[in-house]
Amino acid sequence: MPTSVKSLLVGTTKGAFILDAGPGRRTWKLRGPFHFGQVVNDVRLDPRDGRTLLASATGGHLGPTVYASLDRGKSWNEAKTPPKFEKGKERPPGKQKDTRGLAVKSCFWLEPGHVDEPGVWYLGTTPAGMFRSADGGRNWKGVAGVNESKVWALWNSNGGNATPGGAIFHSIQVDPRDKRHLYASISVGGTCESVDGGRSWKPLNKGVESDFFPGEPGDWGHDPHCMIIHPANPDQLYQQNHCGSYALDRSKGERWTRIGRNMPKSIGDIGFVMVGHPSDPRTVWVFPMDGTKVWPRTSPDGKPAVYRTRDGGASWQRCDKGLPREHAWHTVKRQCMCADRDPKRTGVYYGTTSGEVWASLDGADSWTRISSGLPHVYSLRFGEFR
Amino acid sequence: MKVRVASVLFEYTDNRPMVEARGATLAALLEDLDRRHPGLRFRIVDEQDRLRAHMNVFVGGRPTRNLDAKLAPDDEVCILQALSGG
Repeated sequence: MPTSVKSLLVGTTKGAFILDAGPGRRTWKLRGPFHFGQVVNDVRLDPRDGRTLLASATGGHLGPTVYASLDRGKSWNEAKTPPKFEKGKERPPGKQKDTRGLAVKSCFWLEPGHVDEPGVWYLGTTPAGMFRSADGGRNWKGVAGVNESKVWALWNSNGGNATPGGAIFHSIQVDPRDKRHLYASISVGGTCESVDGGRSWKPLNKGVESDFFPGEPGDWGHDPHCMIIHPANPDQLYQQNHCGSYALDRSKGERWTRIGRNMPKSIGDIGFVMVGHPSDPRTVWVFPMDGTKVWPRTSPDGKPAVYRTRDGGASWQRCDKGLPREHAWHTVKRQCMCADRDPKRTGVYYGTTSGEVWASLDGADSWTRISSGLPHVYSLRFGEFR
Repeated sequence: MKVRVASVLFEYTDNRPMVEARGATLAALLEDLDRRHPGLRFRIVDEQDRLRAHMNVFVGGRPTRNLDAKLAPDDEVCILQALSGG
């Protein structure tokens, strides 16, 4: 195998797969399945070493865990200490105050830590919880500032388990300038920020709409689907929310602006993904889905399209060249779209609920299907093995 | 005593359907199983010491979900699973 390989890491309902790029990313070779038969919610390659590969999985009725590979997926080791909530008494629905007494239902979002903390990883779970590993995913410990937070119940629909798949802790983001500065999102809880490495969190939801509650939105109870620190500007946040697409420049304040209002009315600004350009902080991509009436979770009218803004959301372009023109009744889930780091011929990729993976090597201008027949895709991440 | 395990647990038992373990109670047996086959217990019992849903344990042919259940040296323990879902 060549020394350096650009790869797409695919998590699905039936295991993980890896798509390795050939020269110029013109061809892709599928490997796998890994963890066959298990639900794999996320697969990430550590960008700090280009070697450590983690997968968050739930095996049928066996509960969740995390696997690590140091040889590009040939062999995997299960975590010695998988994520576990603290012991306690589980309370009836609506009475649960924090995660003590609960069991982790799924390991969901994996995030490598700060470049100055090699081996540190973060994990978001359902029910909403956060874990940290300091040894490359071998041992996991709960982050008390989340799992035992005094407002935990407010992140979990007052203790219930409301959203499809439950209350999910996701979109963990680490400020590249400060290892203690973290952001995260919770469905249905909201987006939050920590400046002390996760010991305490404050809400960051001003300006975000929540049309599923009557009256004015509060600090919590919002439904972010995917939130990012833009890779080209650590002060610039974007999020795809249940109630639209938003941007927030943290150097200017704490109020989100609904940039999705500038999307065509016939398309709307509902979806799950939000992806930033590697070098242009005003360019992001989204994948709208049908957000009308019953939320069928398909592309609007069965006609998939990526939408791109190059001006921070003031205007959007439809990018569907090469995509199916009709009867493509799929969508793209929250960690199923990504970009590589090529600043000029930026690769943009997405995986669908119908088991397809699509690629664009020109910033979404045109698209090619590079894999099909996969199970329902739960995650698609770019990584470069070194 | 002999412990029969479901196929979903073979990853932890070197692909063996029947393994050996000791214990005066089901809880002790699971601890011993985990020493012999690291990681196995957490696939059967969650972090709150509850048998995972759909994980079924039989002692001498009788179902139990009580980790304090007493075991006799000649009991056969079966840890089985009703696979379900799509």
